[in-house]
Amino acid sequence: MGKITGSQAIVRCLEEEGVKTIFGYPGGAVLDLFDTIDQSDFVNVLVRHEQGAVHAADGLARVTGEVGVAILTSGPGATNGVTGIATAYMDSIPLVVLTGQVPRPLIGNDAFQEVDIVGITRPCTKHNYLVSELDDLVPVIREAFHIARSGRPGPVLVDLPKDIVASMLTYPEKKPIDMVSYQPTYQPHSRQIEKACRLIMKAKKPVLYVGGGVILSDANKELTELAKKLDIPVTMTLMGLGAFPGSHELSMGMLGMHGTYTANMAVSECDLLISVGARFDDRVTGKLDDFATKAKIIHIDIDPTSISKNVKVDIPIVADCKIALTAMNSWFDAESNFNLKEEAARHAPWFKLIREWTEKHPLSYEEAGDIIKPQYVIEQFDRLTGGNAIITTEVGQNQMWAAQFYKFNEPRHFVTSGGLGTMGFGLPAAIGAQMAFPDQTVIDIAGDGSIQMNIQELATAKQYNCPVKIAILNNSYLGMVRQWQELFYDRRYASTTMDVVPDFVDLAKAFGAVGLRAKTKDEVIPVIKEALATDNVVVMDFKIEKEEGVYPMVPAGKATTEMLLV
Amino acid sequence: MKHTISVLLQNKPGVLSRVTGLFSGRGFNIESLCVAETLDPGTSCLTVVSRGDDAIIEQIMKQLHKLIDVIKVTDITEQEYVEREMVLIRVKAESHTRAEVLRVIDIFRGKVVDVSAKSYAIELTGSASKIKAVIDILRPIGIKEIVRTGIIAMPRASKNK
Ligand SMILES: Cc1ncc(C[n+]2csc(CCOP(=O)(O)OP(=O)(O)O)c2C)c(N)n1
Ligand SMILES: [Mg+2]
Repeated sequence: MGKITGSQAIVRCLEEEGVKTIFGYPGGAVLDLFDTIDQSDFVNVLVRHEQGAVHAADGLARVTGEVGVAILTSGPGATNGVTGIATAYMDSIPLVVLTGQVPRPLIGNDAFQEVDIVGITRPCTKHNYLVSELDDLVPVIREAFHIARSGRPGPVLVDLPKDIVASMLTYPEKKPIDMVSYQPTYQPHSRQIEKACRLIMKAKKPVLYVGGGVILSDANKELTELAKKLDIPVTMTLMGLGAFPGSHELSMGMLGMHGTYTANMAVSECDLLISVGARFDDRVTGKLDDFATKAKIIHIDIDPTSISKNVKVDIPIVADCKIALTAMNSWFDAESNFNLKEEAARHAPWFKLIREWTEKHPLSYEEAGDIIKPQYVIEQFDRLTGGNAIITTEVGQNQMWAAQFYKFNEPRHFVTSGGLGTMGFGLPAAIGAQMAFPDQTVIDIAGDGSIQMNIQELATAKQYNCPVKIAILNNSYLGMVRQWQELFYDRRYASTTMDVVPDFVDLAKAFGAVGLRAKTKDEVIPVIKEALATDNVVVMDFKIEKEEGVYPMVPAGKATTEMLLV
Repeated sequence: MKHTISVLLQNKPGVLSRVTGLFSGRGFNIESLCVAETLDPGTSCLTVVSRGDDAIIEQIMKQLHKLIDVIKVTDITEQEYVEREMVLIRVKAESHTRAEVLRVIDIFRGKVVDVSAKSYAIELTGSASKIKAVIDILRPIGIKEIVRTGIIAMPRASKNK
């Protein structure tokens, strides 16, 4: 077989892995690679900032479940990508990030645009590589994809010295990957499954607490089956939204710091907490000592380190969520003593309590005449898109209102930076999502602060005909931080007011996008309708109530029952 | 509690910094750490001594195992095991203490590996408690320099092996 260049080998690898779209930014160290990519069939999206490339690849990965790919140059290109990589790492999103590196003889010499990106990203990647031998090039890239998508997914970085990419090699045949030191556990222990199921059959006040793991393992159907079969109320983490239909009567909505009153009370009062693909993050548990104190806890997670990390659990099940839930469903199907009617009868008082909580403190907000309430804007988006749009978010109040008031009925429709909370994520992620699904409505719910962090990607959206819709909930504040200052710093708004903010409508126009503005409540629906009907990038500037807060709110370090309410 | 954890690793560049980075990044404590190739040049064995309650040690074990290059993690402290550390100690040995130093070394089965007019350099191997005992005895005489390898450990063969 004839020899090919390193960059041709990389392109072939990417094709073999099923990659169709690449997000990247060029530079000296990746000239060869982009030259080859340009002659290939990939859709190659040139972003405006490397952070945008990684977030866009991440957005694509979240909505499709496939591995997202970003290619960055050495030095500043690679460091610009770090926030994107850390964002994906915290939310377990499968990415392969290829970075250019200076030629091998120069490594370690402080060469021009040299940076030890493998060292820098070691703590924020699932794994990373510096390809130091030509023979390793193809096997390493294959391994990178394997690691990124298997087990608990995550970003993998491969650093590619320029001389390797330019060398000639014989393309090695594809072989099944078998790594002695990396063998994720997918199959649950059958004894543990049985123990868990028996516990569920005894519970009077069970709660399903569902996280992003269910979405990552595409286990939403199995989860929904279990919840319905056993008549168990469901609460979801920020990352879990969409894993169970938000408008179903068993859904209690999100839990945690800005969770619903019902969800937080239910977790605190339940006698059995069934955690599936969630990791007991501090934003969920509040004060650990007071978290779910009356409950036995079952925890299903593919990552053993997540189990009993923050909260000691009674029945750990290390497994893929989908496989474990399937096993549980079949156990109940086979169990003759099990009967849904009895189950429902046993839970009846529990549901009565849950209904009372919801009646007493539903998610709500105060109307204020003409003034636009952000929650109202989200409700209208939900209504006018039939709850079927892909929603990405920035970070802050905008993100929480989106999580609370848009009723996600399907997985992979809510794309948000949960673990890292990265402002500037929403727009590039929306572009990634739109590249994957050109016909879907993709909306970035944004804040006036966050949107300025990667606003340059409007040009990318335009260039690649991604008609993403950006809805800025413009409160003229770094609102979420302001809310904490209002509550805990005597309203001293230090560094949270931006006195100079661009005119977002004019700014949209400058990028060739459409800019719309709503200043009063009655303008909201027409603006949304016009935006949804426009086949172009649209920036909507909603001038909302400036000092609106996100409620309920559990102050940091407090028990989740100590909620501040509307 | 003190735990001695043995980690079998792929012998790859950067693997040690993955382990140390894990400990520093997650705030785990390292008392000592030793690493070298095994019989198979493709793998290394790393022995790390750490302290923590059961929950912390459990996390350390799991987190180590999660590293892609880690093949096997064993908490040796949970079984019968032998542990050894080597020290090199330069101790003051002037005319009135020379004999005393030699006597101590002899009792602990140490060796003199370097001699000068005013000092001996001693090589000594043993468990952590033995090393501590020697240091405690030699300290009043005057330790000028000390270099320790850190602990390496190995489980004892089970009876039926
Ligand atoms: C990159 C980054 N820097 C800082 C923060 C801290 N932070 C969290 S929310 C927030 C304010 C966001 O303001 P805006 O985008 O206007 O959203 P709002 O809360 O007003 O809806 C800040 C500064 C962050 N999450 N990410
Ligand atoms: Mg704002």
